[in-house]
Amino acid sequence: METMTLGGALNAGLRRALEADDRVVLLGEDIGRLGGVFRVTDGLQRQFGANRVVDTPLAESGIVGTAIGLALRGFRPVCEIQFDGFVYPAFDQIVSQLAKLRARSGGRLTLPIVIRIPGGGGIGAVEHHSESNEAYFAHTAGLRVVSCSNPNDAFWMIQQAIASDDPVIFFEPKRRYWDKGQVEPQPDLPLHGSRMIGEGDDALLVAHGPSVALALAAAAAAHEDGYSVGVLDLRSLSPLDLPTLLDEAKRSGRVVVVHEASTFGGIGAEIAATITEHCFTDLKSPVLRVGGYNMPYPPAGVENQFLPDIDRVLVAIDRSLSFQVA
Amino acid sequence: MSNRDVASLERIAPELEPQSIPTPERDVIRFVQSDGSLTELGQSRGVDVGFAQSLYREMVLARRLDVEALALQRQGELNLWLQCAGQEAAQVGSIRALDAADMVFPSYREHAAALSRGVTPSELLSQWRGASHTGWDGAARRFHLYSVVLGTQTLHATGFAAGSRLADTDDIVLTYFGDGAASQGDVNEALNWAAAMKLPVVFFCQNNQWAISTPSSSQMGAPLHQRAAGFGMPAWHVDGNDVLAVHAVTEAAALHVRSGRGPAFIEAQTYRMAGHSSSDDPGRYRGTDEVTLWSGRDPISRMTALLGELGAAEQFFDELRAESDDFARDIRSACLSIERPRFEELFGNVYAEPHPVMERERAEFHAFASMLNAEV
Ligand SMILES: Cc1ncc(C[n+]2csc(CCOP(=O)(O)OP(=O)(O)O)c2C)c(N)n1
Ligand SMILES: [Mg+2]
Repeated sequence: METMTLGGALNAGLRRALEADDRVVLLGEDIGRLGGVFRVTDGLQRQFGANRVVDTPLAESGIVGTAIGLALRGFRPVCEIQFDGFVYPAFDQIVSQLAKLRARSGGRLTLPIVIRIPGGGGIGAVEHHSESNEAYFAHTAGLRVVSCSNPNDAFWMIQQAIASDDPVIFFEPKRRYWDKGQVEPQPDLPLHGSRMIGEGDDALLVAHGPSVALALAAAAAAHEDGYSVGVLDLRSLSPLDLPTLLDEAKRSGRVVVVHEASTFGGIGAEIAATITEHCFTDLKSPVLRVGGYNMPYPPAGVENQFLPDIDRVLVAIDRSLSFQVA
Repeated sequence: MSNRDVASLERIAPELEPQSIPTPERDVIRFVQSDGSLTELGQSRGVDVGFAQSLYREMVLARRLDVEALALQRQGELNLWLQCAGQEAAQVGSIRALDAADMVFPSYREHAAALSRGVTPSELLSQWRGASHTGWDGAARRFHLYSVVLGTQTLHATGFAAGSRLADTDDIVLTYFGDGAASQGDVNEALNWAAAMKLPVVFFCQNNQWAISTPSSSQMGAPLHQRAAGFGMPAWHVDGNDVLAVHAVTEAAALHVRSGRGPAFIEAQTYRMAGHSSSDDPGRYRGTDEVTLWSGRDPISRMTALLGELGAAEQFFDELRAESDDFARDIRSACLSIERPRFEELFGNVYAEPHPVMERERAEFHAFASMLNAEV
């Protein structure tokens, strides 16, 4: 067991993957000498050389497109997109190429590519540096989408993602890069398993990535008021860990989904629909969503009013708890 | 290495030698040397001292803004600052070569150009204080919003120019972008599009040698001014730290473009004297020797020397120093009085026409905020 920051755990996980399999190559802007703008790849180019930890030209479509070519040639590329808002130049390569090649080839081609994206807001950044765009990718068949929330998961999930033979979009909660935690000697969950934290006899909060810490704080506050509120850390957004999600939803019949992304057409909508389809008669309240407002991410000076906070989560829990079926 | 190399191609099939090969980098056009002396070309062109002084003044004020803004960032008054120190000549020289009606599409480091277009310190700093995504009216200033997503603005510039041609006006468009941004697909699409359609765009690349930690030498396989030829437009390669040369070259490019002969390209060699941003630590990837070398090529000090040599009055320098001090005070107070937007207002900025989701969420936000206040 070792204490690491979330960013440090990703670094250690990437190092392990590079050591374990020499087909693993890292591609990204400023990931080599600089070690990435968040230092997630710090020291890796020194250890594994500039051929395996590649400072690319400044072109995201190029990063993903050439990763596809490398994968076709037998390599296992791990791409870094510098910030969430800069993945869109690569959108065609991800959505129309990466996600579809296996199906288009009649299942012949395998694309073991990981795309790491530091996501989410709350760090006072300038525009395009705080977005939560996981729903675009979760909506796309052919991609797997995961999101870690703590150092232990960061360490194990990045290795599991690299070991996957499918494309994985890997969201990293940038405002939690410096959070510290224990890293266990063995993974306790598969890549697409969700983690239940605490007992949720009265209500369940469903969250992922940067919102898990918020959900835990809200659950603790609710506990002080005498309510048993559990937190389900989704970890995987596509596929969803349905057995766990549905079991936990049934337990209390009251579910609140929390995420930073705008709610319209977001992951919360998928979760609410899935729970409603499978557990309609177990529900005691509609599934509620707390998320960013449906506007472009605002200027940093007012981002705290945009992002879900503990008050908004507690108000939603209250609404759910006090909901009466007429 | 395979022994099926080019040498054997030359022996076996000399008639199939490639018809086009990369050409070496061309020398830069320069009027004023680093020490302030004039090159032969500079001497033959001559210097209009009054005009040179007005360019110099803008560079000095832009440098002051840069210094003050960095200090404000260090004091926690700005979230972030991207310094333009070292690039004043490239920006002032080029923007002053345009007509007032010409439209400009900047990247995000064009603070000297912004000031030249009348953007105020308050308008400029607002974005970096986290109060807005842009502080100025781009249409009124003829200076579009900053584009943080690299290279995207070059296509907007191209479309804007297409509009000017459709409207049959004789204004042109200039767009700034970096050596790093030049690797983006958008920039290369813009170059091709503008050339194919013969649109009135000046593509102005400030090659400041770095894209965060990536040196321009490993960003590309051929010098940028050579790339332009492949797209079908003329290019100039200029000393970007020589404001007089930049001005002259941009005037020439603007003339070419305005006359309807299609786009033009300028590569200005300059240097990002500071880190990429106030969060960057350039010591991780570049040595001090290089920085020292480029400090010796500073765009402002060479003009101080030249103007002194040409007999600019001591009074000119004194007055400028006083103006710069006043400007610094203005910048500071302007920054401190920038106000955050009211969050509720933002719902009204998203769509031009009424939108039910915005209306509902604005009401929800309002109710929630009032509830919290009521509780306090
Ligand atoms: C599409 C996109 N990818 C990545 C980034 C992150 N980023 C911001 S500035 C920068 C380097 C830009 O270099 P260059 O174009 O040379 O401009 P300079 O910063 O030197 O002015 C990078 C990689 C971005 N803003 N947009
Ligand atoms: Mg650059």
